[in-house]
Order: sequence, then structure tokens, then C-alpha cells
Amino acid sequence: MSILIDEKTSVIVQGITGRDGSFHARQMVGDGTKIVAGVTPGKGGQKLDDVPVYESVADAQRNHTVDATVIFVPPRFAAGAIKEAADAGVPLIICITEGLPVLEMVEAYRYVKDKGLRLIGPNCPGLISPGKCKIGIMPYRIHKPGDIGVISRSGTLTYEVVYNLTTSGIGQSTCIGIGGDPIIGSSFTDLLELFEADADTAGVVVIGEIGGEDEERAADFIKNKMTKPVVGFISGRTAPPGKRMGHAGAIISGGKGTPQAKVDAFNDAGVAVADKPDEIPGLIRKALGR
Amino acid sequence: MNIHEYQGKEIFAKYGIPVHDQAVVTTPDAARQAAERMGTTVVVKAQVLVGGRGKAGGVKLANTPEEAEARARDILGLTIKGIPVQKVMITPASEILQEFYVSITVNRTTKDLVLMMSKAGGVDIEDLAVNRPEEIIKFPIHPTDGIDTPALERALTDVFGKPDLVNQAKDVVAKLYQAFMDLDCSLVEINPYALVPADDGEKLVALDAKVNFDDNALFKHADVEAIRSPEELSADETAAKAAGLSFVSMDGYIGCMVNGAGLAMATMDIIKLYGGDPANFLDVGGSSNPEKVVNALKIITGNPKVRAILINIFGGITRCDDIATGILEALKQIDLKLPMVIRLIGTNDEEGRAILKGAGLDSFESLGDAVERVVAAAKG
Repeated sequence: MSILIDEKTSVIVQGITGRDGSFHARQMVGDGTKIVAGVTPGKGGQKLDDVPVYESVADAQRNHTVDATVIFVPPRFAAGAIKEAADAGVPLIICITEGLPVLEMVEAYRYVKDKGLRLIGPNCPGLISPGKCKIGIMPYRIHKPGDIGVISRSGTLTYEVVYNLTTSGIGQSTCIGIGGDPIIGSSFTDLLELFEADADTAGVVVIGEIGGEDEERAADFIKNKMTKPVVGFISGRTAPPGKRMGHAGAIISGGKGTPQAKVDAFNDAGVAVADKPDEIPGLIRKALGR
Repeated sequence: MNIHEYQGKEIFAKYGIPVHDQAVVTTPDAARQAAERMGTTVVVKAQVLVGGRGKAGGVKLANTPEEAEARARDILGLTIKGIPVQKVMITPASEILQEFYVSITVNRTTKDLVLMMSKAGGVDIEDLAVNRPEEIIKFPIHPTDGIDTPALERALTDVFGKPDLVNQAKDVVAKLYQAFMDLDCSLVEINPYALVPADDGEKLVALDAKVNFDDNALFKHADVEAIRSPEELSADETAAKAAGLSFVSMDGYIGCMVNGAGLAMATMDIIKLYGGDPANFLDVGGSSNPEKVVNALKIITGNPKVRAILINIFGGITRCDDIATGILEALKQIDLKLPMVIRLIGTNDEEGRAILKGAGLDSFESLGDAVERVVAAAKG
């Protein structure tokens, strides 16, 4: 098992004909994901290799089962794409696009939530259950099937951590990048809950960064609700206050979101915190007694 | 994006939020003239984009135009948190009967907007938030339904008490919310929102203004982008912004080029752990574009403090071959004399490494090895 996605998940790609959308649609097909259709307004009827392209999510849905959608459309249209997927009732919506205006995202978040659907991202690498399904932009071959869950606010830093796990012989059940924006669809806590309930996940790695309080909330959940061991990493320990460090969410402001507060919260919850990504495999082994 | 107090007050005035008269000047002489024109005791306030101005000596009272000139001279000579003061605001001083606090921001946890209010506003609001959080009322605003007016009136009554003040505050909250939504703000804050004597009793006035904008929405607001203060960004940061790169200047000597913000932060952290000091945060971004690499290397090598360069790329949406092509292109345009350490892994890494190899450049797979090498090279 794994969380959210497996080998049966049927996926569509919104923005499939763009530079990034087409490249990563092909990558996902090559990595074994069931990409059943793509959507680009104005390009309905075309094909990307063997994948049919439709005018809208609703059109794609009339011809295919759609369990999940992955969005690559440009930032100014991305909130609209999320709402379109929600209108069609797609249960799992993954938004890769970065740079969405925050107020549009506040509205889109509520829109998806009110329909009882799940959103991952925006500004995220997507998710992967190695050997089963990949919905996103991560390089497939650094992963390896196994029993460790990975949740991260970052993209490439997640790859770094996964690469260290895999080269140390530790496989992953599901790896999820939740995104680096202030408003994101799924939090650490939402996903920790799923990993805790997943019979095939033995432990979890949580990769946080400066800004916000999501790590502190995760620590609270781990302390009170989780039985499985968790290992943590916090990036941005050298970041100066008041400067936005790339991610729209990564800023230390008004004394909130400091790395030390997050490390302290993790330690208080019994989470071992690595100083460098290459220490994570050792900490996971130790936590699992392997 | 952040703007000055005086610019924030100009926006407030446009939306009909009560503010005092103000003049922004860059010389002591002009400060004296402004105080003469106002004909009353004035406050001279440093206009810098950092908090804690008052505690740094950047806010002073002046009873006469001559005093205003002297205080302006003092303040224009200050450097507050590393930023030299270039402008001061002259504004009439008021007798303050009480200081309130009002702000609207995005609540990341509840994922809606929040109106925050307190009857204990003023310079110590951040301490209050930590030590007596119950004295700050947090009133949620639904992102599509907007403000729940009856509930707002109850909350305002708790904070402002008298019906007359509640009505004034209600009007200001509505205008503040309108500005927040119209301009895609990430924060609008009035602190202090002050009760001052008026001809017909008492009135509430915005004595300070803090307005921050959502960088992701600036494409909709050319008028906002147009008032950006040059001193918000260093020269390198301005060049990086024009090139579409996410860049922050730091104090160290190892120039960094990384893809992805999280990995870029972690790379800086690891450089520190290995005994080095990063010169910058630089995220070349998601989609790969060789020209970005060229621009990034030009900015990094333009910093005289840089003694060695680390390129750390973990390809996902970024393709390592594009990065490698960009590096070679940059080396044609720049006469690079500094040691450069390249770490390349992920999407199309074999192609990328082959391109580098063809030009006689080595690259690492392990980040730890690459950081160790660059720190050693910088210490030479």
C-alpha cells in the first residue's frame, strides 16, 4: 500500500501541451503512471504521443475515469484550473505551478475544501509512490519502493533527502511535496494522519523550512497522535529575518517562523532533527531500531 | 514587496482613511520649511523599510522649525539596521489619548484573512502578541463572503467601546479591507491607530502605516510596482530580479547558485556547517533556461567578496543538460578566475555531465563532497 495514489490511479494533465507540461507528461508515462488524458483549452482533439488532449476537465471526464489531475498551467490561470478540476469533482488535485497570487489561492483553497476534495500544492513537486505511480516532476530513478513516508515543503530538497535514503538502501512508501507557498492545499498534519494509518509505512521524514507554523502544528500532532517514528530536517537556519527566501512562504517575520522554534518543537515531540540531509538515513534506522 | 510609511499613508488617504498632513524631505533645510508651513509641533520620522525606528532614535519631536531642522539632520545621519536614512517625514504631532492597533493579513493556518485589533497598540505590539495574546482580537474574514458585519460590530465594541469610536473604526476597517483586496496586499497595518483630540470631541487617526504587497500578484498592479523603493533591494538583488532570479545578498564569500528555494537554503546551511560562509541565496528557479544560468553567474562573479562558487543542481523540472549548456555559455561570456565547484544530479544528469566533461569540467554527485571542496577552495 501507499497513501493517496497507487498503480490503479488514472491521471490527467492540465496544461499538457506547454513546455513543462508536455515534458513531464512524457516523463510520467515513461515512469509507468496511467496518464489517461490531457487538457489544454483551444487544443482539444490533438494528441501528445498516445495521450488524447481535451478542451476541458469535464470533456476528459466524459471519456475517462479521472482519479487525479496534475496542473502545469501558467500562474495567472492556475487558480482557475484548480477550480475547474474541483467543479468536475476530481478527488485529488495537484498543482505544480508556482507564483499564484495569494488571494486567488485563499479563494481556490476554500473552493476545493467546500467540495470535500483534496489539493496538494501549489508550488510543489507533486507526489510519488515508487514502483506504483508518480504524479509530478521528481526524477523517478532516485526513488526506491519501501516503507518510509516523506513530506516536504520543498521540491529539490526533497530529492536530496530521498536520494540519501535510496543510496543508503532505505525505500519510500509515498513522497509528497506539499509546496512552498503561504496557502497550500494539504499540510504536514493532514498527511501525517494518512501515514499513521497506512499499514505499509513504518516511519516518516518531515522536511520543513523557515516561515509559518506548520512544523509546530506537525510537532503537536506527532506528540499527541502518532505512534510511528518521525525524523525531521529544517532548512533556512542561516536565513536573515525579513527576507523572503525564494518560496513565498519562507520568511521570518515578526519573530514567527524561526528555525530554532521549529527545531525545538520537533525535539519536544521526540522527533530527531538532522543537521544535514545525509544524516537522515542514520536517524531513521536508529528510530526504527534497524 | 514593502513600501515606506509615507507611501502607505498616501494609499490610506486615497481610500479615505484619516491620516495627518505629511511632508517627505531629504534635507534638514526642507524639514525646517515643512515645519514652518505646518506651524505646530511636529514629529520627524525616518523613512526606512525596517521596523523598530523609534527605538533606534529615528522618531523625534520638534517644537520649532529650527528644532525640526536639527532633528532631521540627526536622523538623516542615522543608519538603522544597516540601512542609511535617506528621507524623513514631517507630520504634525498630536496629543495621543489612546493607542489602538488594527491590521489585516493572511492567516496561513486557517487559510483565510484575519482582522487583528487591540486596545493596547503602540510600539510594544509584538511583545503583547507573545506575552498577552488574549489582548489581540483575531476576527476571521471569509475569502468570498467578506466581512460578517454584525459579528464585526460586536468585536469592534469590545475593542473601541464608545459607539462613536466603533462607527469610526468600522468605516476604517471597511476601507482597509477594500485596499487590501484591491491591491493584493499581504499586510495592511495601522499602529498606532490613535485616539486624538478634535474640534468636535475625539477622533481616530492612522499615525503610522505598514503596507506589504503579495509579490506573486504584482503583475496585476503596475502602479504598485512603480512605487518600489530602490533601497529595498541591493544592486545585485535588483539585477537578479530583472533576470527573473530569486536572490538575497548575504555577507559571506562563497557564491551559490542552486535550483529550488528549499535546497538553496539547505545548501547555505551546509556551507556554514562545513566552516564556510555563503555570499548569497540564489534560486535559479524551476523551469530550466540556459540564459538564467548565464545571468546568475554574472551576478555572482560581480560580487568582489566572492572567493569561490558552488553550483548545486538537483534536476526535477530543471534539466541538468540545460544547466550544463548555460554554464558553458556563461564561461564564454565571463572570464572566470574563481574556483567553481559543480554538483549535478537528477533529470538528464548524465547528458549534463557529458556536456561538462566535453569542456573539461568535472562535477560531483554528492552535495557533502561538493561543499567540502568549495569551502577548501575558498580558503585556498
